[in-house]
Amino acid sequence: MFSNAQSCWFIRKVICWRAAASIAWAVLLLPPSTVIFVILSKFSLLHPIQTLSECFSLLTSASIIFSFILLCGVIIMVGFLNFEYYTVIPTIACSKIALFGQLLHPRQLINSLVHCIMGVIVAWCSAVTIGFRYETLGYPCAQNNGYPQMCLNEYHLILLMAGAFVGFSHSLLGVIHNMNYVSFHTVQQYKYLRFKGSLPLVVKCSATQALYSVRNYIVVYYFLGYIPRAWICKTLNLHLDSSAHPLDSIAGLLDLSLLYHIWISATFLLFTWYITLLLFRIFLTEGYSFPVQSSFTEDVDHCLPKVLTEKQPMILKYLALQDLALLSQHSPSRRCEVFSLSQPGGHPHNWNAISKECLSLLADLTQRLVAYHETVATNGRAKSLSSGSERKISSETSGTEDLMSPRPTLLMKTPASVFARSIAGGQQSPLTAPFSPDLDSPFASPALRRLASPVEQGSPWYGTVQSPHIMRRAPKLWTTSTDSHVNGSPPPSPASVPSDKQEPSKPSFLAQFLQNRKEQVKNFLAKRVLIMYLFNKLPEASSQALFADSQAHIWALEGLSCLVQASFSEDQFGVIQTTLPSILSCMLVLQEAVDRHFKLPHASSKPVRSTSSMGDSTYKTLRFALRATLKTAIYRITTTFGDHLNAVLLSADHRKRLQQFLEYKE
Amino acid sequence: MCSLALFPPPLPSGQTTVCESNNELLSGSSTENQLRQDFSPPSLSFPRESLKLHSRTENSSKAAFLDHSETLWMRSAAAWRDGGLTGLLNEITNSHAEVPKWLSVSSGCILALLRWVSSFHGSLFPHLTLSSEDMIAEFSQVLNWSDCVVRAFAWHPHTDKFAVALLDDSIKIYNPKSATTPTLKHRLQRNVAVVQWKPLCASALAVGCQNCLLVWHVDPCSLSTRPSAGCAQVLSHPGHSPVTSITWSPSGSLLASASPMDTAMMVWDVAAESCVPLLRVGGGGVTFLSWSPDGSHVLASTPSALFRVWETRMWTCERWPCIKGRCQSGCWSPDGSRLLFTVQGEMVIYSLTFTNTPAGVPSSTSKGPHAAAVVADLSETTFNTPDGDIIVGGEIQSLAWDPRGERLAVLLKGDPQALDRPAIIAVFKTRASPIFELLPCGFVQGEPGAEPRLMQFHPNFRHGALLTVCWSSGRITHVPFFFLSASVPRLGLSGSPTLPHVQERPVEFANQSLFTELIS
Repeated sequence: MFSNAQSCWFIRKVICWRAAASIAWAVLLLPPSTVIFVILSKFSLLHPIQTLSECFSLLTSASIIFSFILLCGVIIMVGFLNFEYYTVIPTIACSKIALFGQLLHPRQLINSLVHCIMGVIVAWCSAVTIGFRYETLGYPCAQNNGYPQMCLNEYHLILLMAGAFVGFSHSLLGVIHNMNYVSFHTVQQYKYLRFKGSLPLVVKCSATQALYSVRNYIVVYYFLGYIPRAWICKTLNLHLDSSAHPLDSIAGLLDLSLLYHIWISATFLLFTWYITLLLFRIFLTEGYSFPVQSSFTEDVDHCLPKVLTEKQPMILKYLALQDLALLSQHSPSRRCEVFSLSQPGGHPHNWNAISKECLSLLADLTQRLVAYHETVATNGRAKSLSSGSERKISSETSGTEDLMSPRPTLLMKTPASVFARSIAGGQQSPLTAPFSPDLDSPFASPALRRLASPVEQGSPWYGTVQSPHIMRRAPKLWTTSTDSHVNGSPPPSPASVPSDKQEPSKPSFLAQFLQNRKEQVKNFLAKRVLIMYLFNKLPEASSQALFADSQAHIWALEGLSCLVQASFSEDQFGVIQTTLPSILSCMLVLQEAVDRHFKLPHASSKPVRSTSSMGDSTYKTLRFALRATLKTAIYRITTTFGDHLNAVLLSADHRKRLQQFLEYKE
Repeated sequence: MCSLALFPPPLPSGQTTVCESNNELLSGSSTENQLRQDFSPPSLSFPRESLKLHSRTENSSKAAFLDHSETLWMRSAAAWRDGGLTGLLNEITNSHAEVPKWLSVSSGCILALLRWVSSFHGSLFPHLTLSSEDMIAEFSQVLNWSDCVVRAFAWHPHTDKFAVALLDDSIKIYNPKSATTPTLKHRLQRNVAVVQWKPLCASALAVGCQNCLLVWHVDPCSLSTRPSAGCAQVLSHPGHSPVTSITWSPSGSLLASASPMDTAMMVWDVAAESCVPLLRVGGGGVTFLSWSPDGSHVLASTPSALFRVWETRMWTCERWPCIKGRCQSGCWSPDGSRLLFTVQGEMVIYSLTFTNTPAGVPSSTSKGPHAAAVVADLSETTFNTPDGDIIVGGEIQSLAWDPRGERLAVLLKGDPQALDRPAIIAVFKTRASPIFELLPCGFVQGEPGAEPRLMQFHPNFRHGALLTVCWSSGRITHVPFFFLSASVPRLGLSGSPTLPHVQERPVEFANQSLFTELIS
């Protein structure tokens, strides 16, 4: 990912600098947060003056300078990981097993390991800073026979292990809460004001998260604390002080001062990391103003109409769409450039490119929704076939192929491999069949059965299942074909039959027997609680996955509708007029598809809102935002044009729907 | 500069204002003078007796039902849940028979300390000591809100339907084209301060109430008269209650809400149910919000002598300190370039002009004006009427500007104690181009004994302007102002308004300009 992203001018010139600036700011903010940490960790209510003088002398000592350099290194590393792992399209796990797949992905394991190590480093720094009994790992002690020897300082160890634990749980929670997902705000604010506004939330989040992590850590240490202690003693040749109390006991852990220090160190650790993450998000999502047209040929690639059509990197496409939505609402002069004609020739190239790209995005979403809906419907029918495996495979294959066949011609943008399993399901090898009992179990609803689980394509879990279909399609996520139906006509019927379609063969007796056995195994497994727990689909996750990248569609809708609205008074040459029918029909078709989707179970149930988490849960409500934006966009056009829309060429069906909007009955 | 003396005198008692036609306000003794119109919104009446009010408040009913034999733990938990820390301390202090003495004494001390601190805070911002109901009454745009039968009113921005919030916490939706009038009730919908329909949408109605913000989705095609509570989205944020003012962005994408208890103004993304608090130091709360019709600015007034004007591109704000009191009300011209506002304790209307910043130029460099200009002086004026002298003028409760920018309605508070100082609506004619002008039009009066409480212009009345007034008697009447708009080119289909009497009589008041930009 990094290598091909590197080649893009935008990553090199803009995103890298933004990431670097965010890391620089995070490093600059480190001294004040360290000072606050030192004061809070040393604070004693009875001797306030002494505390301050101690803090002052500590802050000017050499050891703190060294640990500060270490902390800077950690912050830079965290910033780099943020940059490397961020995504604008969240990965949504449709079942528990998929979530485990994500957690056990090698990439994620590396991430966790690095976080663990960084947690230990930060914890060591805070141990040195707090000083007192936490300062060193070993201390000289007199053992029974009077020889001086080094003993293990368990207070130091417990703090280091706490750092590792908190770092590890931070990385795990990052996957569960999609913390690497970067969402774009609807309210534009300057960076400083956004940072100031989010700071209380960061403090609150880090404090509460640290509290939960420390609670879990205490429990873990109580039961398993002897393992690292014994290991450290053995490797470093340290002894256990028999006079000291072991800390993995109730009395040892109920030391309030120890708990406070662990908690404050964990809070400091999480706070610095969250600040880095927050700054990265703020810098990354800042609006970028692309020129609409340029008079120099070398800059043409950097202009909005060209940039919009880029497929990679996603962040470029998102920022371009955001810029389009903003310019359509706020800047008349740039709108004017969109409506302008090319100088020799007099073609509205800018508008054509922009509207074409937006319409193809919307048409793609419509296709995806229709395909999903049909998958749900066909699956209900396919279930009734109780014939041999080959027959079933072939029917499923053909079914999916029919569904999928528009994809190569009409561009498709599939998030998180929604359909991956439905395609894979066609060619299930017996080996993997027991692992996916939910596909045909009577417990799963037909709506969910054919849904793909978004296990990453390279995941070890499904490496064997991948059919050539997926392999072939994998690079096609986010393709945009140029010949998509801009004229707004309904998509061409899927006439193209894939060449690799299997011939249905007559089911043999043996195959039937195997099939029955397989069913029995599946039914048996489906009754086991653990298997059910792992493989049951999470409700509404499939809906979320379907709309995972809908922020792009929301901007496309806003941009298109606002441009059309502005064209009523600003479009001198009438360049909008030619595309107005296709825009309207595209929106109406999408509206129909969205309405149908919201009638499915779980689609319209609201997710639980979690406020005290750094993970951004915007993606959970994107489908509602899309529905509202779509309606507003259609109303924006109908209220602007009013009865003039009767002159627009539309099919009778669409006209009827449009009439509903004209009468404010939607 | 100008005063109410140029206005035609108020009508004698028993006469009501019916409409404006040919530059003249016509009056009639009752409804017999109803005009023939192609659109006549229903004139409604909600007698106070017809509403079933809550006989007792939530707290008193709880005392009647709560089982007092619960353990101390249970009661403490309940107090913590209901009243927070203060409630818990109160509970512990009150049940000194069951808790150790040191605990009750120390909690009593902490409680006293908390009260002392909050009284100190309250002395800085006196409105914080009010109960939430009094606070809504204080900062509402409705005159004498707590006594009002109709507590809030909102026209739909595109159609002829409207929503009415009543004293019994229900909201009724009237649509002249349908027979059903849905009644909206919700557990959390108490003490409705303001309602507003979402622009560019047929169904969404935002309601600001005592504890939260509700967004109802009322399907216009549905035949149900009691939409379920599932049709309402509840938007709440800790510390953000009571909500006294809400305003939708004209593009329908964002909703801003204000609470005098919360220093931050909330900007909601309603579909995602997420909010962005916009916080600036000073003011001690936000009381009134108004989004300009072009979507570029938001007026936010605070309980202290300060208001802000936010620009909505990057959400930065200008601070406008007032001299005397807080900004009571404000309204925007249709193109969003001019803001009229009034200040509590003063009897004048101020005006601020904003130029739309050109694209690319940051808004911080191109500031608006540096001082507000006084455009109208509404100090008290005595009129001689057959029924005796009537004093009109004084402080202003609210302002409303019609969507074409031709009529400005001003609700004057009057004095409820004095008979000769009624609350009254004064209507000005306004003109925006070539220069801003203010001309007298007349007073709008209702039946004897009924004082205006709340007013709003119809957002798209085709023959001029339509002012809807809610009276203290529970009546809702509509006063049309028939005129031909000079600025808005008329579509061919709608034609010219059918005026009842076509007369070419010049009206002497019409030519006297109250305010033009040339004078000041």
